[in-house]
Amino acid sequence: MAIESVNDFVVRFANVNGSGSASANLLFARAVMRMGVPVATRNIFPSNIQGLPTWFEVRVCEQGWLGARGGADLVVAMNPQTWDKDVASIEYGGYLFYDCSRPIPASKFREDLTVIGVPLTEICNREYNDARQRQLMKNIMGLGALSAVLDMDVSVIEALLSEQFKGKQKLIDANLKALAIGRDWALANLQCPIGLRVKQADGVGDRIYVEGNAAASLGAVYGGATVCAWYPLTPSTSLAEGFTSYCKRLRGDAETGKNKYAIVQCEDELASIGVVIGAGWNGARAFTATSGPGISLMQEFLGLAYFAEIPAVLFNVQRGGPSTGMPTRTQQSDVLACAYASHGDTKHVLLFPRDPGEAFEFGALAFDLADRLQTPVFVMLDLEIGMNSHLTKPFAWDDDRKLDRGKVMSKADLDSSRDFGRYLDVDGDGIPFRTYPGTHPSRGSFFTRGTTRDAYARYTEEGGPYVENMQRLLRKFETAKSYVPAPLIDSAGAAARFGVLHYGSTAAPMDEAIDMLRKQGMQVDVMRVRGFPFAHAVDDFIASHEKVFVVEQNRDAQLRTLLMTEIGASPDKLVSVLHYDGSPVTARYIARAIADLVARAETPAKEGALS
Amino acid sequence: MTYLPKPKFRHPSIEKNALGLTHRDYEGSISTLCAGCGHDSISSAIMHACFELDLPPHRIAKLSGIGCSSKTPTYFLGNAHGFNSVHGRMPSVLTGANLANKDLIYLGVSGDGDSASIGFGQFAHSIRRGVNMVYIVANNGVYGLTKGQFSATSDKGAKLKKGAVNTDDAIDLVTMAIHLGATFVARSFSGDKKQLVPLIKAAIDHKGPAFIDCISPCVAFNNHDGSTKSFDYVRAHNEAVNALDFITERAPITADYDPGQTQQVKLHDGTSILLRKMNADYDIHDRVAAINYLMKHDVAGEIPTGLVYLEDEPGDMHDRLNTVDRPLNELSDADLVPGSAALAKINASLR
Ligand SMILES: Cc1ncc(C[n+]2csc(CCOP(=O)(O)OP(=O)(O)O)c2C)c(N)n1
Ligand code: SF4
Ligand SMILES: [Mg+2]
Repeated sequence: MAIESVNDFVVRFANVNGSGSASANLLFARAVMRMGVPVATRNIFPSNIQGLPTWFEVRVCEQGWLGARGGADLVVAMNPQTWDKDVASIEYGGYLFYDCSRPIPASKFREDLTVIGVPLTEICNREYNDARQRQLMKNIMGLGALSAVLDMDVSVIEALLSEQFKGKQKLIDANLKALAIGRDWALANLQCPIGLRVKQADGVGDRIYVEGNAAASLGAVYGGATVCAWYPLTPSTSLAEGFTSYCKRLRGDAETGKNKYAIVQCEDELASIGVVIGAGWNGARAFTATSGPGISLMQEFLGLAYFAEIPAVLFNVQRGGPSTGMPTRTQQSDVLACAYASHGDTKHVLLFPRDPGEAFEFGALAFDLADRLQTPVFVMLDLEIGMNSHLTKPFAWDDDRKLDRGKVMSKADLDSSRDFGRYLDVDGDGIPFRTYPGTHPSRGSFFTRGTTRDAYARYTEEGGPYVENMQRLLRKFETAKSYVPAPLIDSAGAAARFGVLHYGSTAAPMDEAIDMLRKQGMQVDVMRVRGFPFAHAVDDFIASHEKVFVVEQNRDAQLRTLLMTEIGASPDKLVSVLHYDGSPVTARYIARAIADLVARAETPAKEGALS
Repeated sequence: MTYLPKPKFRHPSIEKNALGLTHRDYEGSISTLCAGCGHDSISSAIMHACFELDLPPHRIAKLSGIGCSSKTPTYFLGNAHGFNSVHGRMPSVLTGANLANKDLIYLGVSGDGDSASIGFGQFAHSIRRGVNMVYIVANNGVYGLTKGQFSATSDKGAKLKKGAVNTDDAIDLVTMAIHLGATFVARSFSGDKKQLVPLIKAAIDHKGPAFIDCISPCVAFNNHDGSTKSFDYVRAHNEAVNALDFITERAPITADYDPGQTQQVKLHDGTSILLRKMNADYDIHDRVAAINYLMKHDVAGEIPTGLVYLEDEPGDMHDRLNTVDRPLNELSDADLVPGSAALAKINASLR
């Protein structure tokens, strides 16, 4: 029995990297969205530039679940190299779309599948002489055929093509022609539509479709960042590139044509963070974008920034580690490396956005927090958020909002003879005042160093002032709890025995998993942590549940460790659900694991009786 | 190392500059370096240069790495902000600071270990990036702070106090700096104030990466026979390419030089350098010849000092990045935040 489903299925495009298929695939996803049906898309790609297989997955889901689902109902198999694996990956009763220009032995198919063969190469060779043209148009032609078998509104694709090539009528015409050829061939030769169909719906609303890295970089623009220092590293590179292109659009000085920003591609990550710290020290908002290996290189500097109290923003787009690990796969495995980055006693502020929408929001907020708290702030993205486009709430900005520069003494403040001690805790919140270099001819200068000093920044090797200062840094960290984004709770209603705790990109599959569990009658409360240090609400949430399942995308249960060490949560209470094979965790995986753990928790423990 | 307070640098304290400031206003806290350390003489030369240029001390930012040499910014210009960063990484921190505010004067002080060993990469990249700064390496050929190990500028065959001989080749930071695109390159000697002060003045006035390698004997670990960075050795092997005076509009052009062949070099802002050439053929604007000259004299065991290379209208990192004239750290919310209308357009393009 062939799968029948309207607005709820997964299409996986199997491509050859560098074959120009990406834009056609994206066009497909955007067309579905324009028809009002939410999509969740993912790039799956190896660490190579050309010639190796890549996949683009489109989950069509009218209900709006945006996490990865797993499996595929329809595979568009354009890569002979991965044919066997691709065919095997299709759900029972699914569909296989392929280029039938060259015969493929019957043994290479599956009996349960509906096979849709379109002689794309043959048609292209007939229509076009130029090799590049053949390749590019083949993709659009395939899209045309696909639109026919899935019963899509072709005018939506036509409109998208016209927008994409606006002003280049020749290109528009060529693309529209290829689209029509593919579609007409399918309508004439195939049974259209198949069991999978896209139907106009109303599920997208005003949401936008954007990559997390682009969103975060736009957040940096709105957060007032003027200095970006970086070194290329997948999956963070497109964040710095995004900042570059947004700055070109938004930060030019209309009169002089000069730039209200400076972007430096450094020689390594040590230099990147050094530049950020120098700029932060001197009163500019500065950031770097990197991933795990870069964070490792920055360790010594991060200790300096913590101890000398210098604002810095780091976007860490996490990938599979350690070492080169899985450079093009996703993980949340730098939580501890960032929370405790550097030698000595250090702790850092972390923000955990769930998607591009929050990447924008937290991206801007991070600069206020860094200035307010005078310390490095990490925005913890991952490849799943950063390098995939997601449907997300539109970006919003309150024009009355002011950038918070924190406690900075001006020349007037210094002239008023207010006492200035760089490390003096005047307000009891652990946050001292600072001055920018060059402010006053005779007051407010101080020496910044990583060595022990007293409240007036005078060098000392005495234990007393050292301890006092380290204690003040703890007070400051306590203050940070009220500044980082508060955790969000999704309550089951009646007092639930079990809680679930998660963060970052786990949110999308978690929404769906909780819906699955609740439909099965399982009542769990859910908390999404959005910042570190943990707000007191996190302690309360753990205290008020018998067991809390901590869902993470790493091997070592890093957030759980942080919960235990930082707020003294009992290890017995915190039960891990871990997923770390590099693919984004799915709702099915989470729901099954939690259902299983709940069942086990509900049967009385036998260990005591056995021993 | 001794931590006994030493008397402040000797100077005629009544003398005032155009800002009405005395030498005292250019001092920092009392040096804790060994008595006789060459680094203290460099600090003194920096104070003199700033005094003579009438610079308001708070408009200077002093940055350094880690080492005895990197400690010195505490000992001069007490009204300037200072930053003792991490070992070998002063150049990146200075680069960032400079990006944030192009209006301050950036003074980077480093050691030979700090710049030629652990920080060789950052030394190189800050120079090739064209950062407008005065980068002084107090070069003693050893790690002073960690008690006398060889650094990367120690000459091959040089002997440590306890007899160990350096078997590795030395890095010459002056040759490197020219190679990397520094637009003001000089070598001097901490014991030669007459040469060093005008060099620092000219370097401060120079817009672009100005590098001064200043040989600065370590009296504790590298001032013995067999050392090639000792006072005696340097005095005996010094080969000055030129002597100079730095002339502002205020200073009379009559410098107290012995008669010889002189050359006046006009700088971009109307100031000029008066060079008295020791070597008639030496052209400070010829990059290739400069490198040639340095290598020839190196082979002969001589240490050329003076202004070795100068590019007249160099421009800097900010010119390359085309940044606005106002310092980035002074830009307002209105300059920086594009607002909700721009965001609405971006949203529309993402649907
Ligand atoms: C990461 C790191 N490694 C090692 C050190 C130890 N250390 C401090 S200063 C120094 C060498 C300084 O030599 P130089 O720059 O020549 O300065 P000098 O003391 O000779 O003036 C070393 C190795 C350090 N501070 N940091
Ligand atoms: S460099 Fe040598 S002489 Fe100077 S303070 Fe250090 S150990 Fe003493
Ligand atoms: Mg040294």
